[in-house]
Amino acid sequence: MTAHAPVSVSPEEARIAAKPRLRRFRQASWDERLIFELGSPGERGVLVPVADPSVEAPAIPAALRRAEPPALPEMSQQQVLRHYLRLSQENLGADLNIDVGQGTCTMKYSPKVNDQFVRDPRIAALHPLQDADTVQGVLGIIHSLEQLLKEISGMDRVSLQPGAGSAAIYTNVAMIRAHFAARGELEQRDEVITTIFSHPSNAACAKTAGFKVITLHPDADGYPDIEALRAAVGPCTAALLITNPEDTGIYNPRIEEFVRIVHEAGGLCSYDQANANGVLGITRARDAGFDLCHFNLHKTFSTPHACGGPAAGACAVTAELAPYLPRPTVELDPETGVYRLDDDRPESVGKMRPFYGVVPNLVRAYAWIMSLGAEGLRAAAETAVLNNNYLLHKVRRIPGVSVPYAAGRPRVEQVRYSWEKLHEDTGLHSEDLGLRAADFGTHYWTSHHPYVVPEPMTLEPTESYTRADLDEYAAILAEIAREAYEDPETVRTAPHRSTIHRVRPEALDDPATWAVSWRAYCRKVLGGAGRP
Amino acid sequence: MTSPQDSAHTYTHPYIPNAVPAVRQAMLEEIGAAGVEDFYADIPDGIRLHRPLDLPAPLRSEAELTRHMEGLLGRNTSTRQALSFLGSGCYQHHVPAVVDEVVNRSEFLTAYAGEPYEDHGRFQALWEYQSMMAELLDVEIVNVPVYDGFQAAGTALRMAGRITGRRRVLVATAIDGDKLSRIRDYVRPDHDVTVVPVDPGTGCADLDAVRDALAAGDTAAVYADTPSALGIVDGALPRLAELAHQAGALYVMGCNPLTLGVLAPPSALGADIACGDIQPLGLHQSFGGGNAGFIATRDEERLVAEYPSRLFGLVPTTVEGEYGFGDVAYERTSFALREEGKEWVGTAAALHGIGAGVYLALMGPQGMREIGETILALTAYARRRLAEVPGIEVPYGDALHFADFTVRYTGGRTAAEIRTGLKERGIFGGVPTGEQEAAYCVTEVHTKADIDRLAATLEEIVK
Repeated sequence: MTAHAPVSVSPEEARIAAKPRLRRFRQASWDERLIFELGSPGERGVLVPVADPSVEAPAIPAALRRAEPPALPEMSQQQVLRHYLRLSQENLGADLNIDVGQGTCTMKYSPKVNDQFVRDPRIAALHPLQDADTVQGVLGIIHSLEQLLKEISGMDRVSLQPGAGSAAIYTNVAMIRAHFAARGELEQRDEVITTIFSHPSNAACAKTAGFKVITLHPDADGYPDIEALRAAVGPCTAALLITNPEDTGIYNPRIEEFVRIVHEAGGLCSYDQANANGVLGITRARDAGFDLCHFNLHKTFSTPHACGGPAAGACAVTAELAPYLPRPTVELDPETGVYRLDDDRPESVGKMRPFYGVVPNLVRAYAWIMSLGAEGLRAAAETAVLNNNYLLHKVRRIPGVSVPYAAGRPRVEQVRYSWEKLHEDTGLHSEDLGLRAADFGTHYWTSHHPYVVPEPMTLEPTESYTRADLDEYAAILAEIAREAYEDPETVRTAPHRSTIHRVRPEALDDPATWAVSWRAYCRKVLGGAGRP
Repeated sequence: MTSPQDSAHTYTHPYIPNAVPAVRQAMLEEIGAAGVEDFYADIPDGIRLHRPLDLPAPLRSEAELTRHMEGLLGRNTSTRQALSFLGSGCYQHHVPAVVDEVVNRSEFLTAYAGEPYEDHGRFQALWEYQSMMAELLDVEIVNVPVYDGFQAAGTALRMAGRITGRRRVLVATAIDGDKLSRIRDYVRPDHDVTVVPVDPGTGCADLDAVRDALAAGDTAAVYADTPSALGIVDGALPRLAELAHQAGALYVMGCNPLTLGVLAPPSALGADIACGDIQPLGLHQSFGGGNAGFIATRDEERLVAEYPSRLFGLVPTTVEGEYGFGDVAYERTSFALREEGKEWVGTAAALHGIGAGVYLALMGPQGMREIGETILALTAYARRRLAEVPGIEVPYGDALHFADFTVRYTGGRTAAEIRTGLKERGIFGGVPTGEQEAAYCVTEVHTKADIDRLAATLEEIVK
């Protein structure tokens, strides 16, 4: 090795400039091919055990035998890994961004230690039909999680079987249906009432279960219209399915009256607690008079969102409705301390999914609650609400944004903002601004359809983010709004530093060109050919 | 009563950064709020909880939590610690390490519902999952996964009902009781489900009985599972398609996708809609938490229009040579139309789809063929070998079985007693399906020696 003569460097020359206020983000863009364009014939990703040569293969009737092998990719192991790692790098994920922009989704931190528990073979390699005495640990976790959620909701029993939030809504509707069927009132009570700021699945699950749906719209202040409710209830009312706070972040202060009106008409009240994060330990479903409620464990109770599931839902009910819970339940014999599955529940709505629920997420939710306790849950709720109102304080000062409804009232854990003014001034839509956010290493979501709030943006900061995180997020929005007024073309054509550029979506709605699979794309778009 | 301010002052958790008292105070001051209580002003006092939740004391540190969880996990015995022959809807297959590596990537595990820009990766991975499943199933349309195979079957049948406008659903093969419960509940507003009992001797569909049931008319769908709940790959499957179609009904088939490297896909047997569970494709058993469902059809507008699920499509971007993705025919969904959409769509089981995609890419056509052959051979061997045990009969003769199969005990012991006896000898299996009847399952993780051990152990117990 040649020794270089020392070079004199001044401190000034060694100085690294401080980071700018906004990060100069660039997302990974590997220009990765589709998996069907990778590999070559004969490559193998994994080898499979072959039966002992003395074991004779059975004859397969010709009609049942596959004629041609499936045209799956043929790739070596590292090449499969590399392809998917590249795709993972082209995916932001809540661990990497300040994920306050997916309002209603409660993007809180999913603790890594809880992932370790579910990867352990003593969870991952348990079969659901093992004898109860070989799975006392996991049965105990499910039973204990039920006890925790009973206290958090004030309800008497909880089912952890539904696979997600909408599945829990459906399960609650199924129990409502069973309740009225048992009383001989189902033919009469065929209407479900919900609100436009409750998740669309409240309306959609009720319809799927055979009910007619009445949707209440907000009054001038953005609260669910109580006069509309009074007009809607009657002898046909089966139930009210309602969120509170609604997706606007506005808490309905007359919620007890809503419940009373429906109860007086003979209906049941089911509380969609997708937005429970701000009210843990503050107020409970049962205390407001509800008969049923559900939680999304992937939202309020921290289990990871997994690109859209697996999630987990929890249905909590009063003792009166408990006979209808999905079977089996997990029961504890207090004498022996032994847990068992109780499948002998004749009034049950039956199975809502195979076996007992999305068990890994039940384990994670249990561990999360146990790590926080009552004080911690309340600190989570209060901090989520503080963070939301702090972000609200910052964002409402950005030119072009407004906060519709309930002027002067606080918001609970999220806010549905409107870019209507900015849209009128610049012609840009909220979606355009959201796509520009990708250039700063984050994103946001507008709202469910229909857009009752024009040009919507829904932000929910949860308890997981620091003040500096919230400041950064608000600064990104302020910068995008500034660009919208001063350099609208940059926003209109965004993203520029993301993995890809603007999608041309027209083909998605035309049966002649939509391509849900590689083979459909080859047939329709490439004229029957594959890629060379 | 502890005031909200006080509660936070005593507790700063690693997951809650702004609970640091000084930070909290500074934020409140910046907002101009006296306390967090200001933000709860709309919650009436009458429904406030004026006491702390009554929960166990927190396990404050990660060390304490881990120790507590270790105590609970230690009360489970896994299928790696025992020799398991359990199946019946949840299967013990080898999960390749690369599948776990990918699905545990933080970027995939923690993402949610982002746009196809900053979350391009999940769109491509799920579109590739759809595409690989389409190759396996020999169709052009496969959905983003739904919750599980039960849900997939329920929705597939409601799709058939909407297409035909008819009321009745006939189940022609042996069906799992829990699955039937789920289907009955789910289709109830629009459909009556009739189970046509299988031939008790062969375990296969009773074609005459199916024909008779169809004669009553108004049948929306004939439903068959392959393998059936008895593990049988029924030779009558193509005939059921003919009977269904002659009656103007759709043929809906549930299938185990792991069979399809060797066995004919539903589309080749005449199915109009295929559905099933992808848990066998590289997803852990997780005490029944690893299930996820698929629905698959030809690419016909009338079929596509009835899917409630998300269907990702491949499209160009404004830059030449870039792959973009988006939702195909979004206006079908409840996201677009609330109760006017088809059933509902929501968070379901996307990451399981990504995992199953990785599995199919690793397996390739050769791996899928070999695993099918291995399991068919071992299942046949296990049925032959157990039939040699005195006091055991293996019903349904020569019917082709995949993974699951049934045995009958002819000695004095009940199925429950025998299951306990096996467990005491380190073997899980023989889930009772009757007083003296039980279900067993073998997969590629088993060896001939494992099956011989099961047979020898049963020989000791059954008598």
